[in-house]
Amino acid sequence: MSKLKLATVWLDGCSGCHMSFLDMDERLLELAEVVDVVYSPIVDTKVFPDEVDITLVEGAVASVDDEKKIKKIREHSKMLVAMGDCAVTGNVPAMRNPIGPEAILNRAYIENVSAQPQIPCVVVPKLLRVVRPIHEFVKVDVFLPGCPPSADTFHTALTALVKSGPLDIPALTRFGA
Amino acid sequence: MTIEELELIAKNVKQENDKYDYEVNVCMDLACASQGAGALKDALVKAAETSEKKVLVRRTGCMGPCSHGPLVRLDPDETLYHHVHAESAEAIVKNLGEAPVPELQCDLNEHFDKQVRVVLENAGYIDPEKIDDYIARDGYKALLTMLVEMTPNGVVHRITESGLRGRGGGGYPTGLKWSTVAKANGDVKYVVCNGDEGDPGAFMDRSVMEGDPHRVIEGMAIAGYAVGASKGFIYVRAEYPVAVSRLTTALREARRHGLLGNNIANTPFNFDVEIRLGAGAFVCGEETALIASIEGRRGTPKPRPPYPAASGLWGKPTLINNVETFANIAPIMRNGGKWFFNMGSERSKGTKVFALTGKIANTGLVEVPMGIKLREIIEEIGGGVPGGHKFKAVQTGGPSGGCIPEEMLDVGVSYDALLKMGSIMGSGGMIVMDDTSCMVNVARYFIEFCMTESCGKCIPCRAGTAQMFTLLTRICNGTGTLDDLALLEDLCSTVKETSLCGLGQTAPNPVLSTLKYFRDEYMEHILHKRCPAGVCQMEAVNSATSIEVMA
Amino acid sequence: MSVETDVKTLVIDEQEVSARAGQTILEVARENDINIPTLCHLDGLSDVGACRLCLVEIKGNNKLLPACVTAVQEGMEISTSSERLQKHRRTILELLFAERNHVCSVCVSNGHCELQTLGQEQGLTHVRLPYRNPNLSVDASNERFTVDHNRCILCTRCVRVCAEIEGAHVWDVMGRGINSLIITDLHEKWGSSTSTCTKCGKCVQVCPTGALFDKSKMGSDHPKSPDFLPYLNLMREAQ
Repeated sequence: MSKLKLATVWLDGCSGCHMSFLDMDERLLELAEVVDVVYSPIVDTKVFPDEVDITLVEGAVASVDDEKKIKKIREHSKMLVAMGDCAVTGNVPAMRNPIGPEAILNRAYIENVSAQPQIPCVVVPKLLRVVRPIHEFVKVDVFLPGCPPSADTFHTALTALVKSGPLDIPALTRFGA
Repeated sequence: MTIEELELIAKNVKQENDKYDYEVNVCMDLACASQGAGALKDALVKAAETSEKKVLVRRTGCMGPCSHGPLVRLDPDETLYHHVHAESAEAIVKNLGEAPVPELQCDLNEHFDKQVRVVLENAGYIDPEKIDDYIARDGYKALLTMLVEMTPNGVVHRITESGLRGRGGGGYPTGLKWSTVAKANGDVKYVVCNGDEGDPGAFMDRSVMEGDPHRVIEGMAIAGYAVGASKGFIYVRAEYPVAVSRLTTALREARRHGLLGNNIANTPFNFDVEIRLGAGAFVCGEETALIASIEGRRGTPKPRPPYPAASGLWGKPTLINNVETFANIAPIMRNGGKWFFNMGSERSKGTKVFALTGKIANTGLVEVPMGIKLREIIEEIGGGVPGGHKFKAVQTGGPSGGCIPEEMLDVGVSYDALLKMGSIMGSGGMIVMDDTSCMVNVARYFIEFCMTESCGKCIPCRAGTAQMFTLLTRICNGTGTLDDLALLEDLCSTVKETSLCGLGQTAPNPVLSTLKYFRDEYMEHILHKRCPAGVCQMEAVNSATSIEVMA
Repeated sequence: MSVETDVKTLVIDEQEVSARAGQTILEVARENDINIPTLCHLDGLSDVGACRLCLVEIKGNNKLLPACVTAVQEGMEISTSSERLQKHRRTILELLFAERNHVCSVCVSNGHCELQTLGQEQGLTHVRLPYRNPNLSVDASNERFTVDHNRCILCTRCVRVCAEIEGAHVWDVMGRGINSLIITDLHEKWGSSTSTCTKCGKCVQVCPTGALFDKSKMGSDHPKSPDFLPYLNLMREAQ
């Protein structure tokens, strides 16, 4: 059996889910026997491959860039997994929604800055008015809540997904776990 | 007050009226008043004073076809004038006894011929602020006769026999409700009249309270005797100041005549009525919320059972009926249960008052026998859709009802038939819509109404209607998806099945019925970003979230 | 000669159980270890039937009835977890999660929140509905406690415990529909010098989420203990 192609993506999140993923430690070797990590912040590929079997997405959709990325990723992924609370619910990135992006940018780049306060406008992508979980933009196949989901959760879930075996997510994790 | 005294008053009124050769009745209900009926009446009085003819000018309650207002009816020959203004007063008085003023005459025979007036029998014939006018038309006869001739059980039996069902919307058998309260244990019981009419486009109860307030009071007193209550409350919304003032006057006059108070008709029966004002919350039309509001608490519903019949106002057995239900009581007592039972359809007896509004020629109040076809109401009585437009749907039952399409118009009006069509009888609002109405937008309007009127106590109604509103807004502005539609349908089922009170349980009806009969309009919005009726404004951006990009 | 009996027998989830007349379905189910989810119900407080999570199906009745206020009847056949009920419960929980700003990861009640636990128990992995993200306030003016409206689910347990048990009636509900808000006194600051609050903290203990919390116990390792209520009631009755 050829190995499955696995990708992981980091949108608006803290990378904690990726850390927890790495916390699988020696079990990563076990996983590496059945999957190839073809795209990820932890590998060196720059372009999202054309065909990926399983993509894990960390983070919410907060910028026009995120929105473009998630749509492209969906097109090229057979199975899309929302990894962690930001991807599943919006979580911490979405806490700016009630007050809007202007207030947040002001606070971060003007009010609390002493030298040359200015809101960045080059290179960084433009923000969406509201931060949304990824399933509001694209179809999501598996939801893996948790902040972050534990290494055990990752291990159990990925093992099941790779083998297309049964998977009871609420038994493993919850919002805020 | 005894029957004899009552008859004497009636006789005196007739004698007084006989002094006049002609009666000029001016409709002073809200619609006519807003078009200058007040000035018209003053002008008529002036013209009558200067005329040699003996003319009685009388202000009355609603005559019905409001779109023709201001209305004037001449008696004894029943000539009806429409769109009458103060300038025409002299001509009207001058032509009395001769040919009617041609340009004012209106032919609404078709409008009136199909109607049967029981609740509205006095509307347009009496001055609502004169108890004598009511008495002259057999008012309070039923109450006094019943007090000396019948047992409370006999009264309940007659109401049961009539087949009357609650006119507030639910259609619960009135006789059964009365007998339940009558049988409930307790020394203190209450009778409550629900006048918290709040459906958009409905004004039946307002017209009855304003045009014939004594009829409601008499019905309540009869109910008090039947169930063993000596205290009644009329719960009226404060937005009906005229109704409140007419009722206040009526109560004062009824007390003065000994028709309310202690030992009515020299019997041991005591009964009095108090008015309680609602603060305009739609949910207070729900009986448990209404009770809370009368008690001075936050107007939120409670789970039933216990039903108010067992534990209502201040924990006492309480009979709650709607204005129109009470307005039916006196005629039933006078004419017998059989008389009422013989009107209407198989399981819906008597007549029903509807407030016709929207895209229809003769907007206003109509009273029709149950079982009449919707098509007859709309095309014959209502005069059809004006302006060459095509009929699209009729909305009945307010925010709890549904939209009924053209192909269902030949169904006879009854509680059960309307329910089967995905709507409800409701309190009697009937809004006609033509091809310029977008049914998705209509559904959105009603959901918005329910969202803002939800009391917030239970989750499905509080948050569910808000979510439905969001999803419908998306569909209306062209950003909705098929997933949104599926979610909307899912929410409809949860809000309908799990809400605490009738407001939430029926809130999805306008959505469900438009989805059932006008699904193509929803699809057109979603798939082609197009509003077939040209009502909805489409947003330029087709995204799940409306994006506004930051600098 | 027949003796009137006040014992009822009924069937809950195909299990035959007995009950005293006047007991609610919820009481009897819990006595028999049948779990019916609740949020607004709390042993020791009056029931309002508002959260609709405890709705059950009763054979022969088309309507779903709240177990917390529905009295048992002889021969009832009750189903507490049909697919229909589970679907409605999940939707109701989704409505709650999407209504205000429930961010479990940064909440003081993370790990011992009744809403969070119920979400997991009912198999919720995500919320299909759009998040409403309303802009709500936090009142930290009271020297001991804080109310964070972002986490409030309007179960009114605080209102009831304050009125019924503490007898102070500091809490009540303001506004209606989606704009309903729990308020202290006449919508004054909780820490206002004229506040009628006795600072007993009962409201904090009965709050199912992190909406009400004790300032001295920040962090998510301080579960609340609403179990004091039935005991308190029992002792009061014994007096």
